[in-house]
Amino acid sequence: MVAPVTARTPAYGVAAGTPDPEIPTLTIEDLGILRSVDYSPGQGIVVTITPTYSGCPAMREIAADVQARLNRAGFERVTVATQLAPPWSTDWITPEGRRKLAAAGIAPPSAAPRRSGPVPLTLGRAPSARCPRCGSPDTRLTAQFSATACKSLHRCNACGEPFEGVKAL
Amino acid sequence: MTTQDPGPGALNQDDGNAYDLLAEDHDEGHRWAFGTGFTDPLEGVDTSVPDGLDPGALVRFCLALGDDALIYSHRLQQWVTRLPELEEETAVANIALDLLGQARLLLARAGGIVGQTEDQLAFFRAEKEFRNVRLAEHADRDFAELVVRLLVFSTWRLALFERLAGAEGAPGTGDPVLAAIAAKGVNELAYHRDYAAGWVVRLGDGTALSHEKTQAALDTLWPLTGELFRPDPDAAAIAPDVTGVSAAFDAVLDTVLATAGLDRPAAAPLASISWRTGRDGVHTEAMGYILAELQSVARAYPDATW
Repeated sequence: MVAPVTARTPAYGVAAGTPDPEIPTLTIEDLGILRSVDYSPGQGIVVTITPTYSGCPAMREIAADVQARLNRAGFERVTVATQLAPPWSTDWITPEGRRKLAAAGIAPPSAAPRRSGPVPLTLGRAPSARCPRCGSPDTRLTAQFSATACKSLHRCNACGEPFEGVKAL
Repeated sequence: MTTQDPGPGALNQDDGNAYDLLAEDHDEGHRWAFGTGFTDPLEGVDTSVPDGLDPGALVRFCLALGDDALIYSHRLQQWVTRLPELEEETAVANIALDLLGQARLLLARAGGIVGQTEDQLAFFRAEKEFRNVRLAEHADRDFAELVVRLLVFSTWRLALFERLAGAEGAPGTGDPVLAAIAAKGVNELAYHRDYAAGWVVRLGDGTALSHEKTQAALDTLWPLTGELFRPDPDAAAIAPDVTGVSAAFDAVLDTVLATAGLDRPAAAPLASISWRTGRDGVHTEAMGYILAELQSVARAYPDATW
């Protein structure tokens, strides 16, 4: 028997409150990394998480944190499982997550590209991001990559401040 | 006291700040930041081999795709601290990290079937057991070769991964784990391809010198592209319906080269040795040096942890 643990149960709340190691103001629930929390008599609490990027080094840290937080909250048997499909998308970042990103000075991602058929080649189109400091939409992409796998670098033309944005994926 | 909006950071007070999290010992004394004690990246995934699929072919196919990513990632890592701008440092390091992640998933998929860990496969196989294409082991002589090779590699790999992932409910391979790994890789590879294509256009359509160097890079690398499209019996066994990779590759390359004002070379493919190439464990001289660097610490201290 596997019983889903709903958002109102304590185990879900404890797992959902786990901070992301790279952006600790956001939780794994905010980022859409937490897929489900279940209970089975054989495995105890089963927390299913999904990697953002294939090489994201934070996955193991997140698994250890989820385990430790649930143990501290009194759940002794905890299993953390990985789920690869469907692949994580920035569309899974919650409205609360987007608000917290902007508050931390990181531009939230625009809608992820919807694809049917082959992935189109993109030449010279810079993804837009709204400045998280002054709110101006007049910004430019300064680098497609940044300090972590999930972000790009931008500069605001209105206030002149550089900022990071989460790549839409 | 509670308010509607506790503000950033307030939720995580019980976990301390980011630096405390990094320094905190979690389990068995391992710390993720130092690159050891990784758990299986497929932990909790159903890794049983579907009925009717040849496990040997699946292992060989996953090793081939995993080795491509592992060896190419290593070559990109060698560029870090040598790139012309800080922005390119972060780009190349991030691309190398994505590919290393793909390599871990694919080696773990293969290793799970033969009872070996990803580390055993990466650090304790001999050169002739590595199945990567020779394009992956090429040493880029300059930035033009870096971006042209990345364009060629990511265009080919994206075309292949798109087809392995297939459409929703209709994966291009009978192995759902491989289909999921490929689907995850598609978004990453699309981003790598856009980055590389942007640079190839900028350099090819730049100054006379940048154009000359980019055309020279293309001419140097072109013989290594033939191997990418050789018939592969393992691919045919695991993903029999995957077709059109070569045509998709040509369409993208022709678009980028036309925009960049570069000529598509007509050079013949790099020779095979008795019909054997990288997929058969026959590599260029460069491969031995890569493995010496990649494997030496693990081989000197096989049981080391820290």
